[in-house]
Amino acid sequence: MTLKTILKTKAFYATLAALVLTLVPLAAKKASDAASKYKEKLNKQQQLEHALSRLSFGARPGDLEAVQKLGLKKWIEQQLNPQSISENPALESTLAQMPTLALSTEALVLNYPTPQVLTAVATGRMKMPEDPQLKEVYERLSQRYKNRIERKKTKGEEEEEAAQKGINDRLRRRVGAMTTEERSLALRKLAPQQAVASELTEAKIYRAVLSERQLNEVLADFWFNHFNIYLDKGADKWLTTAYERDAIRPHVLGRFSDMVRATAQSPAMLFYLDNWTSVAPEAGEKIRRVAPKARARGLNENYARELMELHTLGVDGGYTQKDVQEVARCFTGWTIEEPNRGGKFRFAERVHDKGEKVVLGITIPAGGGIEDGLKVIEILSSHPSTAKFISRKLAQRFVADEPPQALIDRMATTYQKTSGDLKAVMKTMLASPEFMSAGSYKSKMKSPLEMVAGALRATGATLTNAMPAAQAIAQMGQPLYRKQEPTGYSNNGEEWLNSAGLLARINFSLALSENELQGIRIDKDSFSTIARDMGAPEWQRR
Amino acid sequence: MATRRVFLKNSGLAIFGIGASPAWLERAVAAITNKKILVAILQRGAADGLNIVVPHAEKAYYTGRPGIAIPKPGSSEGATLDLDGFFGLNPNLKSLLPIFNEKKLAIIEACGSPNPTRSHFDAQDYMESGTPGLKATRDGWLNRTLADDNTKSPIRAVSLGPVLARTLRGTQPAVAINSVKDFQVRDRMAGEDYMSRYAASVDTQLKGTGKDTFEAIRLLEALRKVEYVPANGAVYPSGRLGSSLKQIAQMIKSNAGLEVAFADLGGWDHHVNEVGATPFIGPLANLLREFGDSLAAFYQDLGPRMDDIVLTTMSEFGRTARENGNRGTDHGHANVMFTMGGSVAGGKIYGKWPGLEREQLYEGRDLAVTTDFREVLGEVVTGHLGNRDLTRVFPGFSSKAPLGLFASGAATTTKNS
Repeated sequence: MTLKTILKTKAFYATLAALVLTLVPLAAKKASDAASKYKEKLNKQQQLEHALSRLSFGARPGDLEAVQKLGLKKWIEQQLNPQSISENPALESTLAQMPTLALSTEALVLNYPTPQVLTAVATGRMKMPEDPQLKEVYERLSQRYKNRIERKKTKGEEEEEAAQKGINDRLRRRVGAMTTEERSLALRKLAPQQAVASELTEAKIYRAVLSERQLNEVLADFWFNHFNIYLDKGADKWLTTAYERDAIRPHVLGRFSDMVRATAQSPAMLFYLDNWTSVAPEAGEKIRRVAPKARARGLNENYARELMELHTLGVDGGYTQKDVQEVARCFTGWTIEEPNRGGKFRFAERVHDKGEKVVLGITIPAGGGIEDGLKVIEILSSHPSTAKFISRKLAQRFVADEPPQALIDRMATTYQKTSGDLKAVMKTMLASPEFMSAGSYKSKMKSPLEMVAGALRATGATLTNAMPAAQAIAQMGQPLYRKQEPTGYSNNGEEWLNSAGLLARINFSLALSENELQGIRIDKDSFSTIARDMGAPEWQRR
Repeated sequence: MATRRVFLKNSGLAIFGIGASPAWLERAVAAITNKKILVAILQRGAADGLNIVVPHAEKAYYTGRPGIAIPKPGSSEGATLDLDGFFGLNPNLKSLLPIFNEKKLAIIEACGSPNPTRSHFDAQDYMESGTPGLKATRDGWLNRTLADDNTKSPIRAVSLGPVLARTLRGTQPAVAINSVKDFQVRDRMAGEDYMSRYAASVDTQLKGTGKDTFEAIRLLEALRKVEYVPANGAVYPSGRLGSSLKQIAQMIKSNAGLEVAFADLGGWDHHVNEVGATPFIGPLANLLREFGDSLAAFYQDLGPRMDDIVLTTMSEFGRTARENGNRGTDHGHANVMFTMGGSVAGGKIYGKWPGLEREQLYEGRDLAVTTDFREVLGEVVTGHLGNRDLTRVFPGFSSKAPLGLFASGAATTTKNS
């Protein structure tokens, strides 16, 4: 049979047609394979493991049994109502050793003075505090600024300074090895500016490891990252503590619009995304004439853009460059009282753009004040794009890197129906078959924080110093509170799958198993092997 | 079957003698390694190209930036360093001037993406994937430059830093290395144990990453033992980019088969007080010194070896032509790119300059894009790496106006005025 005759036979075409018919659905089948994985149920044991791995920073010895005894549904219900769970006293006493955590920003700046405050004291623009202990700290620290300003030092002063510097340097080197309590005291005297950042960082780890309100801690991490700010940007060193405590934590299971408003009015966010200096162009002209060097001379788009792109609508949420400018105009005058002295939110009527604005097609009439910005928050928070964007992001954290669209849609519907009640959205997600499915089970790479906190929990580690854990997390690519970009860290687990991170995970696990990390102790007889396992492939996912 | 194990065996022999390796041995290893090397640098945060390569002959540059413009050449402290009578370098980049004058540094003006996004995240994503507008692309363009060949070195593609850059993700193995010196398992025996556990894993992604990691650890073993001393008196500045480029230089000189490397430097998003009391003060000045001095140290360190190397820089988009209300700049559009190397036809400013008058600006506010960033990268891929399939590296892109970065006597900037 020649090729020509083959081509003529009916049988050939029949075979060809059959082949086409079987091949075409093959592509479709691949997609439906993924979909069917979200229909595949988990057995009871897997359900327990899965819930603990997603709603907590990992199971401690005995957790599985305890949740089983309580009943999984009931445990989830408790976790969704953190106030109903009594907190671990060990956590509470550790947090109590870190006084910066509870201070108002005003008190924080007074007790842990900023360079601006110290300069002001050194040059006599501000009075010394009366508290004798505090006065001693001020005197010593502000002397540095005084010398720097006057640029004249006697030989004796220079020598004394050098000696003091030597003592400080030696002390500083030891700080890393101190317990949390020792460090807190030492830094307060020695380098109050560092105390604030180090207590915030340590507290995050203590909470992740020790809190009984695990879902609350997971969500605090998630939402801080969603509304990310950068600790090392100037005044944010002092403002981040209150930001997380007052703008994020109270709202993680509350109404989304409340969290948007709290972040919008928080000095930390106003400073981080520059809105505090954004003024109406006409007001800027006036300021320029009076004070040519002044910072605030007109509009700054930074916050307006990120508010829509990252906090609410999402980048494809349907806004334009014009909307960015209009939203920026609405937020002119949202500023901070003396930012470097721990100021509060302030609406500066004088520099607010009072003209008419149109945001996403909605007219905001001329003559408005603070209500212009509040209106924008309302428009954005109730927008369907926000409902979808927030639902997808939550599902990406709790379900899968590429969460099923049907689930996102149901979550978004709940969001819309409940005017953005985050607890209701969480309930929709956690009760969904997709969440408790084979598609979700162990599909996500742990983030460095999840990996380290998880290892400390799994090995029942005792912590007297959380800095080494924080350093390990930074080595793995996730320095806490120090993601410079407003995007925050990726929610997609694949971000964490690479050689540098893997090696850091292995080395952390080994050091943990040998009790070679400062301030972290495990019972080697019982947990050394488990600690080692934490670096193995089967423990990198949750 | 040839595998990367073969490579390990061969190069393991060679790198034993690092520091005092006999020339013949280096030559022998060079024969089995790919000679041409590409180093890509991403300035994350949208660097202000107009204050980096300053169009000092543009009146609109000075009228639009009364508070943050870099002064005209020769005018005062911190003046622009003139390059061609129209453009000049920010004075903090003075260490790059000799390289430009040696014609080993090319500047390409008004580069950018056809996608209009002003989102850092999306624009970086597009620049790293090499497919503007397509979010579904999973791999990066730098990974796609690598030939499908598993006999190559485990460090043929390296991303400096704690995570693997998106541009190096893809089908070819690529490793993220935070520090060459610390790239090891702290306990050798335990390392062997983990290696076999990863090799036995049913999780294909973790198994693959584990394999890449342990092979790179073995290869870099000899490098870790010697303190690296840069050649020709090169001094890398402290900071992330200096340390990244120093380690890239170290790996290049070990002849261990590095083909492409990636490093980044963040912090360019200067919405407020971009330039201080003089151009030598302020956040842009600090970053530019780190940037320029790192590139210059790399160039000096590698010496004649730069003939085989091209280093190219990019940033996701530029910034507004005019300063904003806070002596800063907001998100804009086109930007400037640098390409440095022995084979580069440097000492010129390439690209069509669209001008800064209001009617010449993109959307009335930003420098317009006249050169697709893939035009530059594409020429590096074909002209330097050679013999590569550009449709694979930049799918959907076809060259519109070749710049001639690797040919002598090619077109330079044309100005609209």
